Amino acid sequence: MSDAIATTSAGASSGRLRADVAVIGAGPAGIAAAVRAADAGASVVVLDEGMRPGGQIWHHRTRAGLPRLARDWLDALDRSAATVVCGASVVDIEPGFRLAAEVRGAPLTVDAGTVILATGARERFLPFPGWTLPGVVGVGGAQALLKSGASFAGKRIVIAGSGPLLLPVAASLARAGARIAIVAEQAPAAAVRRFGAGLWRTPGKIAQAARYRAAFRATRYAWGTWATRAAGDDAVREVTLTDGRHTWVEPCDVLCTGYGLVPSTELARLAGCAIDRGRVVVDARQRTSIPGIYCAGEPTGIAGVEASLIEGEIAGLAAVGRARKAIERLDAARRRQRRFADRLDAAFAPRAELRSLAAADTIICRCEDVTAGRLRPEWSQRQAKLYTRAGMGPCQGRICGAALEHLFGWDAGTVRAPAVATRLATLIAEPTPDDAGDCPTQNRTKGAS
Amino acid sequence: MDGRIEIRVNGKVVRVPADVSLAAALLDAGTAAFRASIHGAPRGPLCGMGVCHECRVTINGVPHRRSCLEPVVAGMEVVTGE
Repeated sequence: MSDAIATTSAGASSGRLRADVAVIGAGPAGIAAAVRAADAGASVVVLDEGMRPGGQIWHHRTRAGLPRLARDWLDALDRSAATVVCGASVVDIEPGFRLAAEVRGAPLTVDAGTVILATGARERFLPFPGWTLPGVVGVGGAQALLKSGASFAGKRIVIAGSGPLLLPVAASLARAGARIAIVAEQAPAAAVRRFGAGLWRTPGKIAQAARYRAAFRATRYAWGTWATRAAGDDAVREVTLTDGRHTWVEPCDVLCTGYGLVPSTELARLAGCAIDRGRVVVDARQRTSIPGIYCAGEPTGIAGVEASLIEGEIAGLAAVGRARKAIERLDAARRRQRRFADRLDAAFAPRAELRSLAAADTIICRCEDVTAGRLRPEWSQRQAKLYTRAGMGPCQGRICGAALEHLFGWDAGTVRAPAVATRLATLIAEPTPDDAGDCPTQNRTKGAS
Repeated sequence: MDGRIEIRVNGKVVRVPADVSLAAALLDAGTAAFRASIHGAPRGPLCGMGVCHECRVTINGVPHRRSCLEPVVAGMEVVTGE
């Protein structure tokens, strides 16, 4: 059933692909979905913004350094008949379904009867004075830059944020030769300990946590401590930390900040899928409220790689009508991982003090340089957009949206195409078979036969 | 060869590893201001994964490319700080 893929026999990718199933996102959930659907005989196209499949958690330059689980799934994706298009940003989903994407500046249209959203998550950033300085990067951001080849050797790094990502990132930066000045976790010690004590319910995570702590035993780790200010002229030079009683300044070359992950739901919102408390609503078969659109992994709630793989497998099989056995096999594990996610949320919930860090001149929307002083608590996110352009820039509110929700309780609201800032050509082009030019498609000859 | 390639950053030749992202290459080359904000303040990568658009640069004359999502390519012409 792979005749639907319209890759040309010459190997050059066309500007139009057709498939039974389009998977958006090639992280663990997207890979698992694509492998299961393709192995069941469906034609599958996978679109991902990154340079290689793997998503953020399995971001890599060479597979040798990846965990076994990651290599196994990436190998399975290679062996499958799925067509993987990297560097592809999906900007619109039309009913039917027709996906409008941009691949390194060239338009690509994908027609598919079924869509699986596996769009992952992103970091939650909470604004404080100086957070826009170069050198202030996400916790996961630093990890991503490190994995894509940036050197942090010799840099003095402060890590101040929240969540289970802080420790593994500190460990990998330390291994890469960085000097970690301090790891500051905003959550109180009691909450983190309660969370740690609950780990016996998901035993795989205990070994993980122990490994991370061992990797930077000499580093200072402080609970109930957060960054209130970053300063420097052209780049960050120092960060002010407080535990609520004492306040001090740490010099640094890099400040890593980030307050956990939030689901990336823009494409689900764009397609009209029901959202509840920031999560895409799905049933036992990973079906969203829109017939033909499934969702798997972090967009349904932040629960980590194991949950993403399970949901991806179920979504991929459900898309070809074969989910019953997989649900029987995987449902208990899926529910266990979901409970883990709920405990994670509770343990690392941002403290109230983080709401009052921004000064009147602190930028909230980095794209449009909208300061806190211009925003009014009585507005909605929509009014903020209308009056100040907050959330109207290239990132389309992906960064300030979570901050505005935290600061003012504003819901993220509706999403209109394009979901990612795109070249006009992507929106208006009716692509001809030559339009996409040199589209970097992996496995692109597969399925063409 | 040492597995490095040459790209041009603001007119200057820079030798970078062949398998890194452009954002990683620019950071290692000492770039602080990847772009200027609409009020002229320097900005650099934040999310590292294509979400924040703070690492935008001009590549071969095409503006607003997210450097964290772009592999380096020999001969690439990059302009930062715009």
